[in-house]
Amino acid sequence: MNEQPLVVSGVSKYFGGGFSARRLLPWKGRDGAGRREPVQVLRDVSFDVRRREIYGVIGANGSGKSTLIRILSTLLLPDAGQVRAFGLDVVQDAGAVRALINRVSADPSFFRNMSALENLLFFGRVYGLSPGDIRRKLPDILARLGFEFEKAREPMSHLSRGQQQKIAVARSFLTAPVLMLLDEPTTGLDPRSKRDVQAFIRRVQLEHDATIVLTTHDMAEAEELCDRIAFIAGGRIVAEGTPLALRQRVADGRPVEGIDMEDVFMELTGRSIQEDEVPAEVMASG
Amino acid sequence: MASTGQRIALPGRAAVWLGWAFVERQTNLWKRYWAWELVWLVYGVVNTLAITFIAKQVDQAGLAGGQSVSSLVLFLLLGTLVWAYLSAVLDDVSLVVTWERWEGTIEHTLMAPVPRWVHLMGMAVFGVLHAVVRTLLIFAIALPFFSVELGQANWLAAALVIAVGSVSVAGLGILAGVLPLIYPERGTQMSFMLQALILLVSGVYYSVDVLPAWLRIFSVVSPATYILNGIRGAIIDGKGPADLAGNLLTLALFGAVLVPGGIAVFGMAERWAKKTGQLKRQG
Ligand SMILES: Nc1ncnc2c1ncn2[C@@H]1O[C@H](COP(=O)(O)OP(=O)(O)OP(=O)(O)O)[C@@H](O)[C@H]1O
Ligand SMILES: [Mg+2]
Repeated sequence: MNEQPLVVSGVSKYFGGGFSARRLLPWKGRDGAGRREPVQVLRDVSFDVRRREIYGVIGANGSGKSTLIRILSTLLLPDAGQVRAFGLDVVQDAGAVRALINRVSADPSFFRNMSALENLLFFGRVYGLSPGDIRRKLPDILARLGFEFEKAREPMSHLSRGQQQKIAVARSFLTAPVLMLLDEPTTGLDPRSKRDVQAFIRRVQLEHDATIVLTTHDMAEAEELCDRIAFIAGGRIVAEGTPLALRQRVADGRPVEGIDMEDVFMELTGRSIQEDEVPAEVMASG
Repeated sequence: MASTGQRIALPGRAAVWLGWAFVERQTNLWKRYWAWELVWLVYGVVNTLAITFIAKQVDQAGLAGGQSVSSLVLFLLLGTLVWAYLSAVLDDVSLVVTWERWEGTIEHTLMAPVPRWVHLMGMAVFGVLHAVVRTLLIFAIALPFFSVELGQANWLAAALVIAVGSVSVAGLGILAGVLPLIYPERGTQMSFMLQALILLVSGVYYSVDVLPAWLRIFSVVSPATYILNGIRGAIIDGKGPADLAGNLLTLALFGAVLVPGGIAVFGMAERWAKKTGQLKRQG
């Protein structure tokens, strides 16, 4: 496996569109057409991630981060472009790619009435781990995340959101993926838990030779963890580089240490991180 | 569909091991929903008793008597039990998508490196085991209420019919499970409607001969018809596997078409859902 962990070239994705019979009704359709306009949420996205790199993707709500992560995790099919993970095409060789990757999403998504342990046993087993392996690996992983092992025997629904998120992080690292897709892994965590998770991500990168793609709304986290960062706005990557290089782009003679990363983001994307992304199609037409 | 994971070389044992993860998970899930299990059990028993009491009523009203009533009791008893069994398998298998959507786990399950056929087979195996246990319980509870003649029954033939028939029902379940994948809002209701149709045309509580001719066309293409025929043949008429060869062969044929067909259709629906973003719409 000497191939590059991730090569994304020219990926575009549209949502919506297609035929809608309702639009044919005289009082519904604007120009009597039965087709809805598709909305483009990713526009010709290209980047690549090197081995053992942590690559950050930062953008406002609705800018297309999760859509991108889903395409990388074989959960959405791109409408144009190609994604290769370790030389394998995520569409054509989805089965082989799945064995190499895992993903943490912003919402933990577990079987609520099963215990954390039962959930982890299931999600580990479908990656080919034996129950024995899983029980052996878990205490260490959970301890590093600051999660009390005994609590793992309780139903998922008894855990707080932050605790669930830690189990979600544990679930994905349990399977020792070589490419890790982290979609806002620390959202909803208290400052201390956030640190636990961040330290854990760092450690996995160092010890397990893993490559990581990370989305976040937390600029400090991005700076702390990421080797390179891409700013995404309106489904397009508008800037990419090391945190330092990005600062330098807006420095304009000022000392780079004094520049707030959030200002860098605003300047390079033309909007604030809190601002919602206007869907691209609407923006173009009005 | 070259993309659903066939590229992983999967020796038989590994496939069984992976598939078993789903059986184990569903067992864990059902353990937490034992109250529902109890509800379905009570419902199953009451349903079985209620329908079979119709036969007793026929006796008391003097509409018929003696031998014909006890065979009617057995006819109805077998109908309700087989239906309890079939609907349990159909439910479990066709919930494959609905349940995951409801829990919010669908993306994590579908991105696991498990070939889809192994996943679906795992769900089917759980469905069959679950249904066997539930139906046997209903049978055991309902039996003391009626004096039915079981001396002539050929249990081996009956078990064969159930075993072969379950494959085709699993195939139907997979097909029904595709609906919630394509129609996130109404798919579950649609698969319940499919079940209702099967109930109507397969001769659960009556012989299919009483159906109007146009409906009988559907009973010919419902595997449930052959399962019910086979079971009644084996238990009421004491037919052996050889007598039921035609029935068994038809069922095997249904299985051979419905299971690969269901898996293929599921694969196409999954691809479509991934193209249009129907898998999940949040986060
Ligand atoms: N399955 C889907 N069907 C239709 N539209 C979708 C779907 N998924 C995402 N979208 C739309 O695509 C756009 C980008 O969504 P996406 O979830 O990728 O944003 P995001 O950058 O992850 O936002 P957030 O920071 O809020 O998580 C949004 O306008 C969203 O409404
Ligand atoms: Mg998102």
